[in-house]
Amino acid sequence: MPYSRTRVVDVLFKPLTTAPYEILRKTIQREKKDVINELVDSGLRGRGGAGFPTGMKWKFAAQQKSDVKYVICNADEGEPGTFKDKKLLCEVPRKVISGMAICAWATNATKGYIYLRREYRYLVAQLEEELRIYHEKAKEMGLNFPIEIFLGAGAYVCGEETALIESMEGKRGEPRNKPPYPIQNGFLGKPTIVNNVETFASSAMICRIGAEEYKKMGTADQRGSKLFSISGDSPKEGVHELELGMTLEAFANEFGDGDTKAVQVGGVAGFCIPRKQFKTQIIGEGNTTGGSTMIFNSTRSMYNVLHNYLDFYAEESCGQCTPCRIGTQQLLKGIEAVKSGLKPPSYLDQLIKLSETMRITSKCGLGQSVTNSFSSIVQNFREEMIF
Amino acid sequence: MAEVKELVKELSEKYGNRRESLIPIFQGIIDKNYYLSKEAMLEVAKQLDVSAADIYGTASFFSFLDTDAKGKYKIRICKSITCDMKGKSGIIATLEEMLKIKVGETTEDLMFSLLHTNCIGLCDQGPAMLINDNYYTKLTAEKVRVILGDYIRNK
Amino acid sequence: MANNINLTIDGIHVSVEEGQSILDAAKKIDIKIPTLCYHVDLCVAGNCRVCVVESVGRNNLIPSCATPAEEGMEIKTSSPKVRRARKDLMALLVSEHNTQCTTCYRSINCELQQLAAEYNVDNDIYLSVLKPTAKVDKSSWSIEKDDSKCIRCQRCVRTCAEIQHVNALAVTERGRDMKISTFMHLPMNEIVCTNCGQCITHCPTAALTERRYYDEIWEAIDDPDKYVIINTAPSVRVAIGETLGYNVGERVTGKMVTALKKMGFNSVLDTDFTADLTIIEEANELLVRLKKALVLKEKVALPMITSCSPGWVKFIEHMYPEHLDHLSTCKSPQQMFGALAKTYYAEKIGIDPSKIVSVAGMPCAAKKFEANRPEMWDSGFQDVDAGLTTRELGHMIKQSGLDFFELGESEFDSYMGESTGAAVIFGATGGVMEAALRTAYVVITGRPVPFENLNIIPVRGLEGIKEATVKFENCVPEYKFLEGVEAKFAIAHGLINARQIMDQIVKGESPYLFVEVMACPGGCIGGGGQPIPTNDEIRKKRMEAIYAEDMDKPLRMSHENPEVTQIYKEFLVKPLGEKSHHLLHTKYRKRNRY
Repeated sequence: MPYSRTRVVDVLFKPLTTAPYEILRKTIQREKKDVINELVDSGLRGRGGAGFPTGMKWKFAAQQKSDVKYVICNADEGEPGTFKDKKLLCEVPRKVISGMAICAWATNATKGYIYLRREYRYLVAQLEEELRIYHEKAKEMGLNFPIEIFLGAGAYVCGEETALIESMEGKRGEPRNKPPYPIQNGFLGKPTIVNNVETFASSAMICRIGAEEYKKMGTADQRGSKLFSISGDSPKEGVHELELGMTLEAFANEFGDGDTKAVQVGGVAGFCIPRKQFKTQIIGEGNTTGGSTMIFNSTRSMYNVLHNYLDFYAEESCGQCTPCRIGTQQLLKGIEAVKSGLKPPSYLDQLIKLSETMRITSKCGLGQSVTNSFSSIVQNFREEMIF
Repeated sequence: MAEVKELVKELSEKYGNRRESLIPIFQGIIDKNYYLSKEAMLEVAKQLDVSAADIYGTASFFSFLDTDAKGKYKIRICKSITCDMKGKSGIIATLEEMLKIKVGETTEDLMFSLLHTNCIGLCDQGPAMLINDNYYTKLTAEKVRVILGDYIRNK
Repeated sequence: MANNINLTIDGIHVSVEEGQSILDAAKKIDIKIPTLCYHVDLCVAGNCRVCVVESVGRNNLIPSCATPAEEGMEIKTSSPKVRRARKDLMALLVSEHNTQCTTCYRSINCELQQLAAEYNVDNDIYLSVLKPTAKVDKSSWSIEKDDSKCIRCQRCVRTCAEIQHVNALAVTERGRDMKISTFMHLPMNEIVCTNCGQCITHCPTAALTERRYYDEIWEAIDDPDKYVIINTAPSVRVAIGETLGYNVGERVTGKMVTALKKMGFNSVLDTDFTADLTIIEEANELLVRLKKALVLKEKVALPMITSCSPGWVKFIEHMYPEHLDHLSTCKSPQQMFGALAKTYYAEKIGIDPSKIVSVAGMPCAAKKFEANRPEMWDSGFQDVDAGLTTRELGHMIKQSGLDFFELGESEFDSYMGESTGAAVIFGATGGVMEAALRTAYVVITGRPVPFENLNIIPVRGLEGIKEATVKFENCVPEYKFLEGVEAKFAIAHGLINARQIMDQIVKGESPYLFVEVMACPGGCIGGGGQPIPTNDEIRKKRMEAIYAEDMDKPLRMSHENPEVTQIYKEFLVKPLGEKSHHLLHTKYRKRNRY
């Protein structure tokens, strides 16, 4: 059952009372398959946005036969309105690193990378110090899994795992055709597990508290807790850890400024939920799990919001596939044309159809998800698009 | 500015000569020379035995790999929606007025470039900007004058 | 035998090998799925999305070119969902395209135009997002690059990388600014481009075309003060029919000559004449190098490599500038022809060479550049005034209003119109090698090359690098130093294969004495100036036509060409002589590698 009041929890950021890397030490004394099964059982889904079950990913990865396997921590947190991974890396980097090391141990991976977005370069020194400590501890434990930082170069689409891998290989960050998936054929052609920062931290947490405890949080469809990056018209901007399964009404009551008109859930790639749907919409269900929540109050023009998004998309699309490269430009030009009167309001319907074509034909999640914010804004705030 | 040939050699010794060394090498060049000059890209192409066009294609894909002359200090103002809502345009006006350049331009003395950037993960503290690797949040016109004033004085 | 995968496409069961795509499977049962970024010569990109199909049970459509067939898949290639999406995608491509099709060089031969017409795409459904900044780069002598016609399928980029390993073109920028460009957007004449024109023949639209010169040619023809000579290369006669409604592989040599004469060319001559001449000069050059190496123990560059392919010549100038001495100093047949047209031929027919306009009909884009090389003024004038591609010649014939089908057959004009079968096969990869061996063997041993009907089968075919070994026995006294030598030869076509040969040379590990390199896959029959499309199936048919033309010739060894004998007697005196040196040989230059 969804609940109508937010439940703030404090698990992910809770400082560890044990010695550094104690979770790691304990976990790697267990059976590998037990750990993977526990993760499957926990119901944890990827915290980057796509929401793939993490345990399953690790299971498939463990089955791959290869001398070399990579674990990549996706810290290319580029979704507008998201900043929770940065906070994790700043405040509890050991949980993230532990999650990576546990993953590597469980899947027999040999090398790890933290793919840090270029914009977060100021974190490098601190993370390197953390990695130095980790490498010492790992050596003590007999764990041979080196991790290094790979610094991105500024491209939103590199958050997509195959684009991320391409860029690590020194190429343009263009998503690959799938299959094959990175689990089969990833970085330098080797099996590669790419998980989000929060996913690794959550994995480590599950290893500590156990799947049973973790599952107590959230609802049947949405297990556990989740970090929310809250920004916009809110007196409580920042990162908040909440139990999953709350309605948007609960969320807006807690974090809005009392004048909330809409909430953008899941970043630009997510949905814009208007006030009239707050009661029925549950955060993370049917929308995305990246945790970006941008709050708009009644003073905001939703046309401007959408225009900003589309401009972002037209710039950040990698440009290789037709629907995404041209579609993003058409949507942007299209809403301008309707606003200026060059095209009739009915043109918006044509554009919604176009965004649907983009969803079903684009190569990667970027082009596929443009329709989420586009349709939800155009349908719910049509009058703002016209006048 | 460092001698390009030496610099590329040094960087390729540090990061390797393979294609996957490309982005770290690029970052290293930009740290020293502020942008990727034609000579630098050609030198990298030679060092990694990759075609120059291909190298350029990769560089031009990424926002932080500048291939045209940029200033020593790159000011990147976030233009994402929340920073926009919190008054990004006023900040830009202040910066443009102080530097006497428009967004996208570089000062004549090659000290400052003023650039737009997409979300830099400081949405809860907007408007925000990066100057090279340092971040500045909750900007106001007064704050910008102080911050930029420091840079101008110490340049 | 790989595992078989069973699936159904539009209700029809099909079984394919594991790893084959849905598109492959559909082809197998003759279901046509439209494609744009797909090209059989190239790796799969999956970026145009036009070939999307529906896989029952999946919400999103999948690109059939890039998706491997899976067991039990149920594919629909033409469901309403697919049709709507496909049409929408085409409308998007059209909205980014310069749609002035009426005046476009590739009109009627454009893949985008054809699909847009088939699907009856509404031009006005979307606003134009064609960049006002999209420009036409006409800086190159050979290739015009029109960004306003580009659909970003990246076929040219893949061609330049995978077939030629030149990588002159790359994808640059991203998002709405993404485009196909060069290093730092330099103009085409300042980059590593070899002008091979393979990007043109692989381009689905007119984004890449040859720079066209036919208007200038018509003007010259119409000028009573000008004497216009055309010579046509062997590969033109086996392919030009394709532009005029003939089947692939049909030879139209005699009709083509008639057409050119009727169009007003004053002399219609045969490049084959200078191909035969090339063999004489090149074989002698090789023998001199061998003698220097084996008898005089001098240091000479071996293997010697052919220099007929101007794309290849520019490639080695850019990529291996320290190894230019391996190139034969012989000019290409086109340039030998040009130099002789304004000297020997002018004298023969009594025309002032300053009045001669020398045109070359070539299967090649690089020949245009070659004609404009500053080295190529040995006659005292620009030796070749213009190079036309097979496609341009086809256009000119159409413009002339002739009913090509109804034309009778004519012979090339004399003095420089005679040809042997050896010259004809220059058009196919391995042909220069075969022609050279046919003559060299006779010179060295006094006997014909020991292959049935003179057909040196090992050097033929589409394999990227071919090898042949010939043992010289019972040599004539002058070439006793070659007695018992087992000479190894190699043939490479497609510059990616040429690179392998060169890398061996750089390492000092090349086992060959003589190597033939052609820039284009298949040799000139697959040249960058040939009719579009070109693929291996088409290349094979054009090659068959070339070898059939060879078999039809009464003379099949270059040294038997009576006009060649005549020119040495009357003009050149002897191979590698002073006149030859001046008119038929050239120098190369080092170039930048970007």
